[in-house]
Amino acid sequence: MDRKDNFSNIKHLYNRAGFGIAYPDLLRLSKRKISKAVNGLFINPAPGTDLTIITPDEFKQQQLTLAGLNGKKELTPEEKQQREDITKARNEKSRELNLNWVQRMISTENPLLEKMTLFWHGHFACRANNPFYAQQLNNIQRKNALGSFKTLLMEVSKSPAMLDYLNNQQNKKGHPNENFSRELMELFTLGRGNYTETDIKEAARSFTGWAYNKNGEFEFNPRTHDQLDKTFFGKTGNFDGEAIIDQVLAKPETSVFICRKLYTFFVNDTPNEAHVKELAAYFYARQYDISALMQQLFNAEWFYSKENIGNKIKSPVEFLVNLSREFYVTYNKPQILIQLQSSLGQYLFNPPNVAGWPGGKNWIDSSSLMLRLKIPSLVLNDGILDFDGKADPEEEAVIALNKKQKPRPVKSYVNAQADWSKFLSCFPRDMKQTEMAAFLLEPAVGKKISDLVAGNVNLKNTVIAVTSMPEYQLC
Amino acid sequence: MERRDFLKKATFAAAGTLVVPAFMKPFEALALDELSLYKNLVVVQLSGGNDGLNTVVPFGNDIYYQMRNGIAIKPEEVIKLDDMQGLNPNLSCLKELYDQGWMSIINDVGYPNPDRSHFRSMDIWQTASDANQYLSTGWIGRYLDSNCQTCKFPYTAIEVDDSLSLAMKGLSKKGIALKDPAALFRNTNEPFFREMIQRDKDHLDEENLGYLYKTMIETSSSANYIENTSKIYKPNYTYPNSAFANQLKTVSKFICSGLKTRVYYVSLSGFDTHVNQLNQQGRLLQQYAEGMNAFVKDLHQNNKLEDTLVITFSEFGRRVAQNASNGTDHGTANNMFLFGGRLKKQGIYNAAPDLANLDNGDLKYQVDFREVYGTILDKWLDVNNSQVLNKRFNTLGFI
Repeated sequence: MDRKDNFSNIKHLYNRAGFGIAYPDLLRLSKRKISKAVNGLFINPAPGTDLTIITPDEFKQQQLTLAGLNGKKELTPEEKQQREDITKARNEKSRELNLNWVQRMISTENPLLEKMTLFWHGHFACRANNPFYAQQLNNIQRKNALGSFKTLLMEVSKSPAMLDYLNNQQNKKGHPNENFSRELMELFTLGRGNYTETDIKEAARSFTGWAYNKNGEFEFNPRTHDQLDKTFFGKTGNFDGEAIIDQVLAKPETSVFICRKLYTFFVNDTPNEAHVKELAAYFYARQYDISALMQQLFNAEWFYSKENIGNKIKSPVEFLVNLSREFYVTYNKPQILIQLQSSLGQYLFNPPNVAGWPGGKNWIDSSSLMLRLKIPSLVLNDGILDFDGKADPEEEAVIALNKKQKPRPVKSYVNAQADWSKFLSCFPRDMKQTEMAAFLLEPAVGKKISDLVAGNVNLKNTVIAVTSMPEYQLC
Repeated sequence: MERRDFLKKATFAAAGTLVVPAFMKPFEALALDELSLYKNLVVVQLSGGNDGLNTVVPFGNDIYYQMRNGIAIKPEEVIKLDDMQGLNPNLSCLKELYDQGWMSIINDVGYPNPDRSHFRSMDIWQTASDANQYLSTGWIGRYLDSNCQTCKFPYTAIEVDDSLSLAMKGLSKKGIALKDPAALFRNTNEPFFREMIQRDKDHLDEENLGYLYKTMIETSSSANYIENTSKIYKPNYTYPNSAFANQLKTVSKFICSGLKTRVYYVSLSGFDTHVNQLNQQGRLLQQYAEGMNAFVKDLHQNNKLEDTLVITFSEFGRRVAQNASNGTDHGTANNMFLFGGRLKKQGIYNAAPDLANLDNGDLKYQVDFREVYGTILDKWLDVNNSQVLNKRFNTLGFI
């Protein structure tokens, strides 16, 4: 493999496994073998630490206050205020949590871990009204992002966020609620066609008694658990939730389903079933070791084949994080990052439903594309963003309380600074405009782009032009 | 660049590719009668879960007054439509439309196993899915996908907003969102943008990059068409001053200027009235009614009401009993409003909600919302509803 191939392969690797790569790192790494670069991604410079926007004490205090208020028949104005304050504080924390994670993706030294967390965030899609639960789930997804899929699945299934979201709190002996059981098999593990309606019903009975307590901890409640025999995948026994998850993992179809989804996320929107099969066999043999699987994937020759480079549409979050990382952007009003996520259709912690964001071409329609093409010049040139997001349905109550229905503010400043000198200092003085375009873009730079940038007087103009091209939407 | 010129270039460039994008068919080639039969659907979404029982008030039913002693609309305030139901006084502007035979009310529209989450239920309404089914395309989007005779242009469906709702997204085709045609026109006519789409069309056959370019070209072509067509029309009707009325005014401008769009989508939010409902809902209903009154009369004046059908929905109704804060919590079935000049069944379409026969305190649905969609798809948009709704739904007699 010659030097030029290696250069583009490393860039590809870092775009997919992380959120892009700085030019000096790219130069350094492209002198070595690709397998070395892959290994490097798995040696953590720093272990993934938890997000800690909401402390357990704060959460417990709120729970205590709310429990007291909920016990009362009539609330005094002060008590009503108290309840409203808690709701307000929680909404504030939810936004902080979102921004905290985005900022971490932008600045992390361990991009693979955050990228994997982002993948699991979409796979185990969940909306939690309580930011403490949302944070918990996110931390579970990060802690196990490159660990054992079995542990990850088990911990996610026992998290208050998921138990609540998929109604397992209401899943009780005699009154089974099938929501969790169905999504576990349809969306989290096996995929449609690999189980029956009876399996769902019997699994739901097995998950009865899985609940969480007022401290936000998982708790098995033997009183609400259905102790009778269940027949699941043709076997009969007094199964509990753990036993069901074990049996689901024992099916190779689970490995295929997860590998196909990872392939779609990391390699190509259209899965190559032979490659998926190859990965799935390996994942299953390695007992669902995610780290081993991902090394296998990034080391596969086909990962670097032409059809798998520069052809994926960046998700809104990938797009925003890539851009911010690449140009060392500081957001003076970070709130804009939430507005952009929402306008572009990927508001973290708020997936459309338990199936997550559909991704691929779904990210793009005329309005989201127009906005995406405009954002780089807004962020890099500090422009004005003339764009309203849609109101989140969960915010309707807040809108309803507002005294007047007035149009939301039309203009908001992105108010961000790119560190141009830091960015430009990375490049050789004689860097050509076309070379800059080739570095910033994943799709090959053809005559059109070369012509467009050739006459630019400085690299900065080229950068703004190139990042405003549809090609920049791909990675 | 002249439109004609653009088409020529675009056609030339695409000659090497297999699919000629729909927008390249010159408008001149359309038969005249095809244009004159242009029927419009306008979807109005009330976000947040509008309380249907305080919208169309069952004043003839004592249970209503028993269950809502803090927020019930007094019988003397109700604008009576028949012995049982009447309009919230804030909807007084609708009475005129009702009396003209331009309005219908369908009671108790819903679906089996209703979901009370805003998000999920809105998803269900917009995708027309079952309660336990997750679809990533919307019902209007799939109508666009169906490649019917009248849905071939990228601007077949327009949402008057900055971003596009799921309802408008199909698998291969999507509606277009714009709040201001002039602004979109300016954006797509920025020199850099034009340069990007004019330089060459090499990418049109490349999978995702091709899709991006195709979207850009269609956006630009639509923006030009919408702006150039609609700017000729001078609106001559005065609308009330609200964001909602402004959206309707834009839709009216599009319809009256003869834009070849089939579906328009607008929304009004803030209906999640858990606390002190009367004022909040009243204010919103008033905005809604005033906007609709102007819109319908404007269309009538321009001889477009015959060709227009307006539907109004919300993701769910609210519980029959009020809560302790003089508000209402999330419920299930809800009424839908229809407006137009060609309604077959004017007035109240079906029986009033049965408040004595509830499901855990919630209304039971009489009409599946997909029967409403199905009727519109079959009878108004000229496409077999099973193609869009994934199975066949019965049609109703309102059009």
